[in-house]
Amino acid sequence: MRYRLNINGVIRQVEVPPQMPLLWVLRDELGMVGTKFGCGKGLCGACTVHVDGAARRSCQLPVESVGHAKIHTIEHIGETQIGARLQQAWLQIDVMQCGYCQAGQIMSASALLGAQPKPDRQQIDSAMAGNICRCGCYNRIRSAIRIAAGVDEAGAQEESGRVA
Amino acid sequence: MLHKSPRVSLDRRTVLKASLLAGGGLALEALIPLPVRALDGAAGEPAAPGVLSAFVSIAPDGTVRIVAKNPEIGQGVKTSLPMMVADELDCEWSQVRIEQADVDQKRYGSQVAGGSTATPTNWLPMRQTGAAARAMLLEAAAARWGVSSGELTTSKGRILHAASGRSAGYGEVASAAARLSPPDLKSVRLKEPAQFTIIGKPTVGVDSARIVEGKPVFGIDTRLPGMLYAVYEVAPAHGGRLIKADVEAVKRLPGIRHVLPIHGDGDPDQGLADGVAIVASNWWLANQARSRLVVEWDLSAAKGHSTSVYQAKADEAIVADSGADLRRDGDAAAKLAAAAKRVSARYDYPFIAHAPMEPQNCTACYREGRLEVWAPSQNPNAGLASLEKALGIARERVTLHLTRAGGGFGRRLLNDYMVQVAAIAKAIPGVPIQLLWSREDDIRRDYYRPGGWHSFQAGLDQQGNLVAFTDHFVTFGDGKTTARAANFNLSLPPAGLVEDLHFTQTMLPTVVTTGWLRAPASNALSFVSQSFLDEVAVAAGKDLPTLMLSLLGARREVAAPDDRPPFDTGRARDVIEKVVQTSSWARKPAQSGRAKGFAFYFSHRGYFAEVVEASVSGSDVAVHRVWVAADVGSQIVNPMGAENQVRGAVIDGLAQALAGQAIEFADGAVQQSNFHDFPLARIPMTPEIEIAWVKSDKPPTGLGEPALPPVIPALTNAIFAATGTRIRSLPVRLKSA
Repeated sequence: MRYRLNINGVIRQVEVPPQMPLLWVLRDELGMVGTKFGCGKGLCGACTVHVDGAARRSCQLPVESVGHAKIHTIEHIGETQIGARLQQAWLQIDVMQCGYCQAGQIMSASALLGAQPKPDRQQIDSAMAGNICRCGCYNRIRSAIRIAAGVDEAGAQEESGRVA
Repeated sequence: MLHKSPRVSLDRRTVLKASLLAGGGLALEALIPLPVRALDGAAGEPAAPGVLSAFVSIAPDGTVRIVAKNPEIGQGVKTSLPMMVADELDCEWSQVRIEQADVDQKRYGSQVAGGSTATPTNWLPMRQTGAAARAMLLEAAAARWGVSSGELTTSKGRILHAASGRSAGYGEVASAAARLSPPDLKSVRLKEPAQFTIIGKPTVGVDSARIVEGKPVFGIDTRLPGMLYAVYEVAPAHGGRLIKADVEAVKRLPGIRHVLPIHGDGDPDQGLADGVAIVASNWWLANQARSRLVVEWDLSAAKGHSTSVYQAKADEAIVADSGADLRRDGDAAAKLAAAAKRVSARYDYPFIAHAPMEPQNCTACYREGRLEVWAPSQNPNAGLASLEKALGIARERVTLHLTRAGGGFGRRLLNDYMVQVAAIAKAIPGVPIQLLWSREDDIRRDYYRPGGWHSFQAGLDQQGNLVAFTDHFVTFGDGKTTARAANFNLSLPPAGLVEDLHFTQTMLPTVVTTGWLRAPASNALSFVSQSFLDEVAVAAGKDLPTLMLSLLGARREVAAPDDRPPFDTGRARDVIEKVVQTSSWARKPAQSGRAKGFAFYFSHRGYFAEVVEASVSGSDVAVHRVWVAADVGSQIVNPMGAENQVRGAVIDGLAQALAGQAIEFADGAVQQSNFHDFPLARIPMTPEIEIAWVKSDKPPTGLGEPALPPVIPALTNAIFAATGTRIRSLPVRLKSA
């Protein structure tokens, strides 16, 4: 089947079976490898993209269900204000270890800040609970979201950097 | 197995070669032989390299290029090792560009991410190389200005002559420096720690900026013209062999290009497992097609390899008390018989998987008898050996590019995926193939941390002193050698600290592939031994820090009976006393329902004492805070990465205990498959983690692993303190109250 997809503001045409998840359209048909494969079952969040602004697991999203929705991926997120602030915060405290899950983390965090500009700790934990970081960078993920949101920046840095 | 003794393939002399960089500038290459056993890695861990090399170049525009030779798996070496070079070179970090090296044993010696070895092996050589380059730049400037090099100083990549006010950037004299003979590496002057400008400063990882933008850096991101995507269907049970496959139906499915039954070499451990490759234009199409494969497997070898059978055999062995001697000091049996009080308990832990976030993958192209490979591997040279053994492709005919790996944790020390993709690529010459495993493949075909069982006995005298200690360890192996990472630690405390001690071992055979998982052996031995010693402390009317301090005694080095490094009781004492202080251990818990647990462990040259504060509600355990006191030597190279390694290891250990991680077998078939039944840590369970570095005068050592082992017993000891329930089996499964 032929599909016209609106990805990062550009119309892309692909010819794939209707059930192919968006993840594999992005990675193997369009060569957009920023969105990551982690589990294939919607359990880890590595493949998170935005569909009309909402965080969705692209491994669970058949291409036929996407329609004319606006899809945004990690390759584009820096062009949004929230995305740029998150990327900057991520680098300010160097959140990552291996870094593999971080595209999905940033996409989830960006959807969170879009819906809730000043999230508290519980809101952060609940919005980010679907994104696994196997390296365990969770303290810094919390901190970076607080820094990007402009919430208690000193406290956020303290939390991730408290060292006697 | 990895080679236990260092391999020395080069001349034993240090070689420092200077040359003119293409386009002008200085290129400096150092080849530094390591003394044999410079790094006496613990048994079963990746061995020390025989040669270290460092490459640094300075271009006329002042750009400093440093080659990162080791695999980057998230442990931060691609940043921290070049920091050592750059600091002694005395340039600005912003001048530095890092280049990932390909795999080349002749040039780089060992290129391994394992055993927390990179920091201790590279600490001096990297700095010496940077200092040698600086010395040559100084000489070149001195010659140009007609002054003595002793009158010159450097700062931020510039050479200064204070007397005349002249200065020059490194790039301006780099070509002239390339014509000088390099200094003797051992005589170059190194900075005092107070002079460091880069080492010790929190430094952002060199790939981080690309990662937050979603740029390709990982193995799975490799894209080549004309590339096809592959899956590799292996037997549904460990030890299974391929009889025959009906592939015709699959060949007709959309996007499918090749379906190849592959008979391996019968060695799924280090060679090529039997399987059926499906190659398609899109990975999802290849993976979907698997359900249409009709394959006949011989699963006879897997029969009886079930978790329940292993458990029953371990029970029998423990009741029979029939272990072979591992270590016998004094007469523990007699001391136990005469003890005023005896404590005994049995402990066990399950097989667990590594589950790095980037599923196993590898890309290869076979063309005109040569193989080119792009691999996220922790031990690529072992992969080259496997290619030769299983496929007859000599290492001289392989070009191997290292990619960043999305996590390793020891999984990628084995290279099964590399051999598989090479077998597929060899069958389809000229076409680049990317093999990618599904998460189910990854969970079911791991080299697991093996399960194990321990039966402990301890004897106390009238004063509550520990006077006798025994452990019968039931593990996996062929009767002669333990399976990979199924080994004991002959120095396991209280060994060496009590006079009468007896360790014995029984091996059970297994068809399951086992391997090193972050802090191999230690990740399990810490749990059983520090939990049991907590029981001993309770029986003696003490707490565990007090018992440990009394066992440690005077500050001294206790030699290991094998090739492990000696154990420094003073460094152990210092971290224990530190965490007792930072966690306010002695004080009653501030909030009701919360309780603290303590544990200490020494592994990978690092001394770690940790306290966990937890509360229990029904069957739920909440971890609120963790305090870590660590001695990894005199200097933290990159605090940014170091703190992340410690926090990550703590969270990893908590997940092993609390998330429900256990791999189970039924006739060799793994019962778990993905993150719903092999869960990892998630953000809500993350505690605050406070780190205290205890600086000793010893050279810095690695941080990838040693923070993990103590957190598990610190947690289980906290659960005991909160509830009175002793956790003797992992993962933690409390009954609802």
